[in-house]
Amino acid sequence: MLCERCQERNAEVHLTSIENDEMATVHLCTTCAAEQGITGSTPAPAPLADFLAHIGKSVDDPSRSEVSEPCPYCGTSSEDFRHTGRLGCPQCYAHFEGQLRGLLRRVHGSTQHVGKLYLSEASAVDDPTAHLRNLKLRLERAVELEDFEAAAAFRDQIHELEGVTS
Amino acid sequence: MSRGDGVNGEDGLSGRSRSIGDRGTAWLRTTGEDHEIVLSTRVRLARNLQGFPFSLRGASEDRKRVLERVREVLPSTRLLAEATLWEMSELDPIDRRLLHERHLVSRELIGPDEGPAPASSALALTTAGPCGLMINEEDHLRLHTLCNGMDLEAAWKQVDALDEELGRMLPFAFHHEFGFLTCCPTNVGTGLRASVLIHLPGLVLTKEINKVLQGIAQVGLTYRGLYGEGSEVVGNFFQISNQTTLGKSEDDLVDHLREIVGQVIEYEKRARAVLLREAPAVLEDKVWRAYGILRHARSLAFDEMMNLLSGVRLGLTLKLLRTPRVRTLNEIMIFAQSAHLERRAGRTLDEGDADVFRAALVRELFFVDEESAASPSESRHDAAD
Repeated sequence: MLCERCQERNAEVHLTSIENDEMATVHLCTTCAAEQGITGSTPAPAPLADFLAHIGKSVDDPSRSEVSEPCPYCGTSSEDFRHTGRLGCPQCYAHFEGQLRGLLRRVHGSTQHVGKLYLSEASAVDDPTAHLRNLKLRLERAVELEDFEAAAAFRDQIHELEGVTS
Repeated sequence: MSRGDGVNGEDGLSGRSRSIGDRGTAWLRTTGEDHEIVLSTRVRLARNLQGFPFSLRGASEDRKRVLERVREVLPSTRLLAEATLWEMSELDPIDRRLLHERHLVSRELIGPDEGPAPASSALALTTAGPCGLMINEEDHLRLHTLCNGMDLEAAWKQVDALDEELGRMLPFAFHHEFGFLTCCPTNVGTGLRASVLIHLPGLVLTKEINKVLQGIAQVGLTYRGLYGEGSEVVGNFFQISNQTTLGKSEDDLVDHLREIVGQVIEYEKRARAVLLREAPAVLEDKVWRAYGILRHARSLAFDEMMNLLSGVRLGLTLKLLRTPRVRTLNEIMIFAQSAHLERRAGRTLDEGDADVFRAALVRELFFVDEESAASPSESRHDAAD
């Protein structure tokens, strides 16, 4: 992530502040942070529910979109989520996607997972190219972890897929 | 109910493999790097199964099915094939608290002290290895490794391997953009929390600690007390961990923490050197007073004990004291907590009684180390431990 101020250096200072019930996170490089006089203060470890309650107050503004229907799978409502800071089921992420994206950006500074990939059976059908890419990554990981049995299984699957696609 | 003392690893019920005994205490052995400053390293991954509500929201039937699915696959794993799986509801309240005092389960998993344990919540734990698995906490699965000293790389590798195994057998909830889905959005993405329990008396005494804590907050890390989220800092032990879980790879999160903690260790060492140089008499007095009280007190509250142990630990690493061993200090931190004391006493203890039992245990363990240090033929081997 680039520094929001100079747009040149990597942002290394992530300062989250809550003022007048509004939460804001700035991402700055160390140079810009120093120039802004941000030396930091020890943040009180606030539980997420408090955090969300603060956002909630500003979300009361009707111009901000909030999903009004509860999650069709588990029945968790926006209000439940704001109150507890917890989602009800994996499908909540799709249901509250728009709302969550902003929150995730504020909490993590990003919405895009760049860590380990997980290969679900559904992905093999939906997107064979991505499936193949995932398999190759997992083969690499298995070799790194010296799990040669798994590596051999991934290799066979890759060969099979490449045989089909080529 | 076991009446063993756990301290010597003898629970008196060795024939019963499902006894908790001294299970999950290997991380107290001082085998890891920088073990005098870093008590332990933990890496955990949060995972959920597709098709079920998160455990926090799940009906008892859902929680039960999740537990059954996990129970079915464990024997087919390499890392948890030999693990024991305890449902919290099958353990008596003292045993549940024992597991919590050993940092193996969270408060949420064991439920309140009074009343029944949450339905279908369970812990799978290996006999000797560092891996554990909480089932039906707020997430379906919390995989963890816990080891002594500063050993992030090994801890991460182990839990990664366990994740690979379980992920092949169980359908994890995974989103193409958000990554591994978790009950709380602060864990989503990698689901990874790596943490290091670190002893920083030098920085506290030199009043540099706030600067360091501010510094770690600025680089995306956070700190907590002895028992993680919501717990207080006692005995100058800080748990430093990554704050965010999304947008960075697991390797990056772990490397970043290792790098920053490495710097904190250096600052702590420098602060100690400054104290020794600038205020040796004050420092020595503090250390010996702590030693004296612990060695002779007849009643010790837990927080008081923790603060005194901090002084003794500092004295040992600065070679101002010869005994007890650092490992003994680690053991006291765990075994002098209330559930451990109650198990040792074989009955429930009110606060006043617990303070008396605690003081007796500390005196005894300090004495044992003094004795073995005084008889060189036997002690050499032990002292190196």
